[in-house]
Amino acid sequence: MSEVKGTGRVKRGMAEMLKGGVIMDVVNAEQAKIAEDAGAVAVMALERVPADIRAEGGVSRMSDPDMIEKIKATVSIPVMAKARIGHFTEARVLESLGVDYIDESEVLTPADYANHIDKWDFTVPFVCGATNLGEALRRINEGAAMIRSKGEAGTGDVSNAVTHMRKIGGEIRRLSSMREDELYLAAKEMQAPYELVKEVAQSGKLPVVLFTAGGIATPADAAMMMHLGADGVFIGSGIFKSGDPARRAAACVKATTFFDDAKVIADASRGLGDAMVGINVADIPVPHRLAERGW
Amino acid sequence: MKVGVLALQGDVREHLFALNECEVNAIPVRRAAEIASIDALVIPGGESTTIAHLAQTFDIFDPIQERIQNGMPTYGSCAGMILLADRVLDATQGQKTFGGLDITVRRNAFGRQVDSFELDLNMEGLHEMMRAVFIRAPWVEQVGSGVEILASVFPSENVSHAVAVRQGALLATSFHPELTSDNRIHRYFIEEVCKEISKFG
Repeated sequence: MSEVKGTGRVKRGMAEMLKGGVIMDVVNAEQAKIAEDAGAVAVMALERVPADIRAEGGVSRMSDPDMIEKIKATVSIPVMAKARIGHFTEARVLESLGVDYIDESEVLTPADYANHIDKWDFTVPFVCGATNLGEALRRINEGAAMIRSKGEAGTGDVSNAVTHMRKIGGEIRRLSSMREDELYLAAKEMQAPYELVKEVAQSGKLPVVLFTAGGIATPADAAMMMHLGADGVFIGSGIFKSGDPARRAAACVKATTFFDDAKVIADASRGLGDAMVGINVADIPVPHRLAERGW
Repeated sequence: MKVGVLALQGDVREHLFALNECEVNAIPVRRAAEIASIDALVIPGGESTTIAHLAQTFDIFDPIQERIQNGMPTYGSCAGMILLADRVLDATQGQKTFGGLDITVRRNAFGRQVDSFELDLNMEGLHEMMRAVFIRAPWVEQVGSGVEILASVFPSENVSHAVAVRQGALLATSFHPELTSDNRIHRYFIEEVCKEISKFG
């Protein structure tokens, strides 16, 4: 059989299959099962959810392989895991464990303050965070097969997710309206490769799937982000830091699919118990904001 | 003729695009009234557990199953193949399918994402090979007597796995033709599977 693995089409295609879905952060096999039963399209295995990383501080790293193996053995949906920005050896370890996607994530403590991982060099696909179009295209240039807007993880405050999605969408619309001879300057200004800038200008969208993340805590949050152009939603602390995770998880899945139907979102929002407590992004001193990590 | 693409989760947009390229009226469907209004259905790639879960939550599981049983032409790619299969191996506990295709499918049979691949495939009825993209794909482990195998892959000597099958009005592929610009499978679905059915039924 003359098959080829790890092609761009196979990596980007995997993300296409996740569209319209919710990817949930889980820290153990029990949570993974709850997420799968609630209709999650994938789980993100990590040691501590962002809210706890924020509360406890310290250096945050790749998860224990035993924990990832247990989650893989428990659920049949895709299992993703996080590597530190620039930590290509953590990424190699995760690839060897057979995770389905690696998130090179600002939620963990960066390992390299200059370089991101050369993602072309891997068979496993990568998702990376971005706060604007230039950042998204730089990650795609390094081989990312999926992008998520960063938001501000572990806050339960959706405002930064909104800012980043609007920013990426707005910049795409701006490129689409430009004359072709203006794209050189646009590429220079957003510090992104000209070829990718031109591709976005012509197609009117990113060349890879765009999810949203960082601060989504309610069904209405998830639905609003879909309205703003997200192909799907990552929910980190929002589910397992809430009063009734199983119910909230299922409700967010419903609201993501029927994001344009306020009645469905209203029904999904009933009786969910306490949402995660949350922190206003404005109250977090700038050096402690995770979205600033990555360049 | 109006073709619906089940729009609960997955690569709905790519199927709509491929169908539009075939000059057919294609719409996303996720409500009972929409499902009642279509002549044929495409079940996209995605997560079969999520799609089944949402179909049950929003009370469209039974209407879809009923229409399939009553002969509505339906094509499923990857997760769609699983959802059309009568029997599923390596399913999650209690995972339901619409069924209709007398086949046994193994989920994620080729392995995890690092094992996902593309290759040139010989497909029954197509003159030239087609580039087929397999993503955490299922294969068909066993087929009933009325099922025609349209394509197989051969991992090693004396081993083959069916990856495209048809039984009357139902068509299924393990791979994703919607991820390439080759829309011959969609065309086959529209021109052969759908036409034949509407002629007789």
